[in-house]
Parts: sequence; C-alpha cells; structure tokens
Amino acid sequence: MARAATTTDAFNAVAEPRRRQILDVLAGGERPVNDLVQELGLAQPQVSKHLRVLREVGAVDVRDEGRQRLYRLNGHALKPIHDWIAPFERSWSERFEALDDVLEELKKEADDDGDDE
Amino acid sequence: MMATTSSGTAKVTLPADDQILITREFNAPRHLVYKAWTTPELVRRWWHAKRGEVTVAEIDLRVGGRWRWVMVTPDGLEVGFHGEYRELVPDERIVSTEVYEGIPVPEGTPETAALNTLTLDETDGRTTLWLLVQHDSKATRDAVIESGMEDGLQDALDLVEELAVSLR
Repeated sequence: MARAATTTDAFNAVAEPRRRQILDVLAGGERPVNDLVQELGLAQPQVSKHLRVLREVGAVDVRDEGRQRLYRLNGHALKPIHDWIAPFERSWSERFEALDDVLEELKKEADDDGDDE
Repeated sequence: MMATTSSGTAKVTLPADDQILITREFNAPRHLVYKAWTTPELVRRWWHAKRGEVTVAEIDLRVGGRWRWVMVTPDGLEVGFHGEYRELVPDERIVSTEVYEGIPVPEGTPETAALNTLTLDETDGRTTLWLLVQHDSKATRDAVIESGMEDGLQDALDLVEELAVSLR
C-alpha cells in the first residue's frame, strides 16, 4: 500500500490533529481501541489508520491482552519534538529564576514597609 | 521568612499551531509579579534570562501605550521585542502585542505582531502565571521557538506539535 513519506517521522506523525488527540488520550494511560473510538468520535477504521501511523514512528506501542489490543504511549519517539522546544523552555526557566530573585526582594521590602507602619 | 525561591521550571506547551503557552508558579503574591513585569528597573533585573544584559526596558503602561525590551548577549547579539498594550487589569492581566525584532521583515510588508496574554492567578500567596503567545502563523511561531537554538532541526520547522513537553 502506498504510504506517504510524510508520516515517517515523529514530527509529521503528530502534525495531524486527530493523532495528537490520540496521544493526549494515551498520555492518561494504556487504552483499548474501542476507548479511542469513543473518545474521538471517529469510525474505527480511521482510528486504526492513525494508530498505524503512530506505531510506525514508534510513538505508540501495542500489545494484545485476551481479545483486546491495548495501545500505550512511547515517549521516546517524541523526544525529538521535546528537544526542539527545550532551548526555548530553558531560556524562560532562566528568566523566571531571575524573576524569583526579584520577587524575593520585593517581598522583603513589603515586609519592611509593613514594620514601619 | 521563607527562603525558597525556586518554584520549578517554566513549562512550555504548544496548544495550537500558532500558539505558545508558558506557565510557571511563583512563591510571591501576584501584585508583586505584576509589578516586576511592569516596572522598567525591575524588568532589567530578570528579563535577561541570565544570558546577557537588558539594555532597553521601556514601558508606557496604559492601553495604547508602547513597550520595548532589548537585551544584549555577551557576544553582542541583540534580542529585542516591542509592542503595544491592549488591555491592562492591574495585578491580573496584561494583553499586549509583541513584535520580535529578530525576524527580518521584507521591505514593504507590515511587521507581524503576536498577541500576548499574561494572566496571573493567586492562591495562598503563590502566583500561577500563564503567558499565551498567539502568533500570526505557524511559521512565525516556529521561528520564535527556534530563535534560541544553535543549529536546530531545520526540517522540523513546519512539523511540530503540542505534545513536546507534556509527554516528557
């Protein structure tokens, strides 16, 4: 079957809103397909198609339990995405650490003023 | 007095293709966070992100008033933002436009501004901060995220989505 080259890495796999929704649901824990079908309000074949894409990039793992197929998130495949945003997040973290120091000083000043009154 | 200052790292998520949401908790009441965000002398002391020096912190704190913050890194790189205040609710909320001066604008085209909504919520003397940055496009949003990167995953430019951080 023809497969679009665009679904072969994690970035592309999660570029589709429905697939992000699936990952959101799975972030809460392992789930059978039926749960996903219900939560997304999509037909099962569509959900299965999205799950296949996610499996191909390793973003979800699957295992059989009895008659059910259970899907769960695999954070490793999504690490490149996290890595992409990490420097931006780090700069805000450092900014806010500096802001913490400023706030501590403002709190002290407020306390001192309070004592004077 | 409480000695703790660190309240953890900033959390960055991408709620939509053209948005960035930054959240963080502070061990201080929100009127102080608001003050630190709206007072030039104070902005100079934290906005550098420990990566340089804030050289410009202009704040005309009224609806329609302009702001401009610029920092310079030790190797001379200038990082500047400016914009206009659209809504001000003291101690609670600031809505402003934001233009990142690091993205070159082709001549003749208007500069593209993001719309920033800063929300402060206080519980038991602690403040939760939300900074929602609404960009005009995914491309601009991605450029801003990448602005801090050394080399970057160039192919990733148009492809990234929100789960990045929540799935750590």
